[in-house]
Amino acid sequence: MDALMLSRLQFAVATFFHFIFVPLTLGLSILIAIMETKFVRTGDEEYRRLAKFWGKIFIINFAVGVVTGITLEFQFGTNWSRYSRYVGDIFGSILAIEATLAFFLESTFLAVWIFGWKRLSPKLHCLAIWLVAFAANLSALWILMANAWMQHPVGYTLRNGRAELTDFLAVVTQPFGFQIYFHTLSGAYILAGFFVMGVSAYHLLRKQHVAFFTKSLRMGLIFALIFSLAEVVQGHIHGAEVAKIQPSKLAAMEALWETQANAPQTLFLIPDEKNERNLVEFGKIPGALSLLAYHSTSATVKGLKDFPKEERPPVALTFIAFRVMVGLGFFFALVTVVAWLKRKKIADSPWLLKLLLFSIPLPYIALQAGWIVTEVGRQPWIVWGLMKTKDAVSPIAASQVGVTLAAFIVVYALLGATAFYLIAKHVRRGPEPVRGEG
Amino acid sequence: MLETIWFLLWGVLWAVYFMLDGFDLGLGTLMPVVARTDTERRLVYHVMGPFWDGNEVWLITAGGVTFAAFPTTYATMFSGLYSALMLILFALIIRGVSFAFRDEVNSPRWKCLWDTCLVVGSFLPALLLGVAFANIFHGLPIDQDGIYQGTLFTLLNPYGLAGGVLFVLLFLVHGALWLAVKSSGNLHDRAAQLVPKLWAALLVMAVIFLLASLRATFLYDNYFANPALFLILAVTVAALVMIRVYIAKAAWWRAWFASCVTIVGTTLFGVVGLYPKLLPSSIDPAYSLTAFNSSSSPLTLKIMLAVALTFVPIVIAYQAWVHHLFRHKSGEEDLESEEGY
Repeated sequence: MDALMLSRLQFAVATFFHFIFVPLTLGLSILIAIMETKFVRTGDEEYRRLAKFWGKIFIINFAVGVVTGITLEFQFGTNWSRYSRYVGDIFGSILAIEATLAFFLESTFLAVWIFGWKRLSPKLHCLAIWLVAFAANLSALWILMANAWMQHPVGYTLRNGRAELTDFLAVVTQPFGFQIYFHTLSGAYILAGFFVMGVSAYHLLRKQHVAFFTKSLRMGLIFALIFSLAEVVQGHIHGAEVAKIQPSKLAAMEALWETQANAPQTLFLIPDEKNERNLVEFGKIPGALSLLAYHSTSATVKGLKDFPKEERPPVALTFIAFRVMVGLGFFFALVTVVAWLKRKKIADSPWLLKLLLFSIPLPYIALQAGWIVTEVGRQPWIVWGLMKTKDAVSPIAASQVGVTLAAFIVVYALLGATAFYLIAKHVRRGPEPVRGEG
Repeated sequence: MLETIWFLLWGVLWAVYFMLDGFDLGLGTLMPVVARTDTERRLVYHVMGPFWDGNEVWLITAGGVTFAAFPTTYATMFSGLYSALMLILFALIIRGVSFAFRDEVNSPRWKCLWDTCLVVGSFLPALLLGVAFANIFHGLPIDQDGIYQGTLFTLLNPYGLAGGVLFVLLFLVHGALWLAVKSSGNLHDRAAQLVPKLWAALLVMAVIFLLASLRATFLYDNYFANPALFLILAVTVAALVMIRVYIAKAAWWRAWFASCVTIVGTTLFGVVGLYPKLLPSSIDPAYSLTAFNSSSSPLTLKIMLAVALTFVPIVIAYQAWVHHLFRHKSGEEDLESEEGY
């Protein structure tokens, strides 16, 4: 393999791993902040214990998220130096702003929260976790705006052999960026909701800490329900934007080869990229794709064959990842609606609790699938229409990248296993005893 | 003009990063020497706990600002120093999680594992950052296309290694002083006994490095052209001496501040000597990357300047407040209470 392929794999490993830990922190920080606010308002000690129990899980996730995030920032320079030189004027500044505005705030006030239980008034301590939650979500906004620029570059001109900024506001307020932001954020909130519900279900199935975890489950459920439903609507709007802005990505998401009016949505098929066709097609709904993408059954959707071969993304991976993401999205909406209808008897419905427990990994899979659709579907471009991935890699030796890629895989696997073990251990142990009892 | 302002800001950001992360990198390296029992080791973690992560964000900001203001330099520097940077990253990874993981399992082997990660993960970045910056002062083999024509071993020349040792000693003194400020009892006493020896080693190394810079670099050219700049060097040397004076008086906070000034001064001494070069080429000075031929567009520099001048003071304000909030000495009672990871 050459330095290009190895660098792509290395970036994929680093992003994949980073994105296992970060999404939970986005939603969980808000839930913890709500718990602590309830403690400050009501003085109910149980809410303080709730904040501390979920806070520990947050801290472990955050630690892994931080150390894997630094790697990502530096990899643009180490492995993608031609890209960095070409877009640093715009992309680099967004990353620098992220660190200055958001990441400082999050890191500093998380430490205040962890170490300040006795040194701050309850109100100020609660403010610290709200700042953490705010900063975490602000950080995601900047990172996704940077990503949005790679998907849909705006506010630039080509000058001095690179992309130079001409309109800062256009870059940081582009509507497609907000689409990506809300889509990713809803996904992360669903993940946090399902995580909290699943962990709570684990204890409720064993009839331990019932009051504690009934409260948790209810909060997780409300969160997951709202964002699962919102995601169905938002996902549709987002998809229609992709159709306009990245038509070749849409064609790959649907494995649509021929340009056609009244384009169908096919529930199941096996793409055959070599021969530019699909092997098995099953469950065609005529006009559905035209309707979803352009709000009219008669609209024409451009097929893959009408894009030059060297400008098509990998079809099978994009197609499968899209199916997985959408399928799971509907599953989340269904489960949360059912759980909401049964909310009063949820602690006595073992089947529902088991379903919630075993659903914990699913939002993780959905988020990674969504990331694959976004990034693999963007290929062969690193910046849509401006620069191809193959032109972006650093002039470094394949052997160098090979060694670090192997090291990343080993270190991250050990790190992931350790974090998983610690979280599972903490979850099994349950909340700290009530003050005075232990 | 904008390029010059950003060049200075770039230097200041790295200097602040070294000043802040310096004490926890140094203390992390020193831990096996100063802490002998598990309680003492926990206290060492505890005196760094509220600060290390906020300190490390300065590294992310310094890296991000290099990317934003001087993208061509960022591209060459980070891809050229590939192996060194990757080693730093892996070190920071195992170090960062050791804070959160160490006390989660109550087993000596588990704790020993994460203590080792802390020590290795603190020592390597201190050494390699010094090696990297000394090599930047010295010049890197950069060709006409801005491509680095060397390997990791190119960096391990005598001057580069001297820079690495200098950084390690700067951070060790800084970390030992921090421990002396923040602890009492055995920990404090051991730090207090150790720091004069570390300081003496630092003094020797500083003299060697300053003399070696005369031969190995062009840093002094700017100083001889503009002798008023020697003030930077004078302040730095004075601060270095003052560290020892304050140590003798057992004025630990002041000694630590003098150490801050020494680290910032050392960094700025190099940065000012470099100006306007960010990455001098050792192949041909004409291939050097400078603040002028590697910078972003004026619009980006202006916007980033507005962002930096607005938000960096805010960051400094709340980080200063955090130092005020956790200004106490850490004792065993802090480990018993619920404060910590």
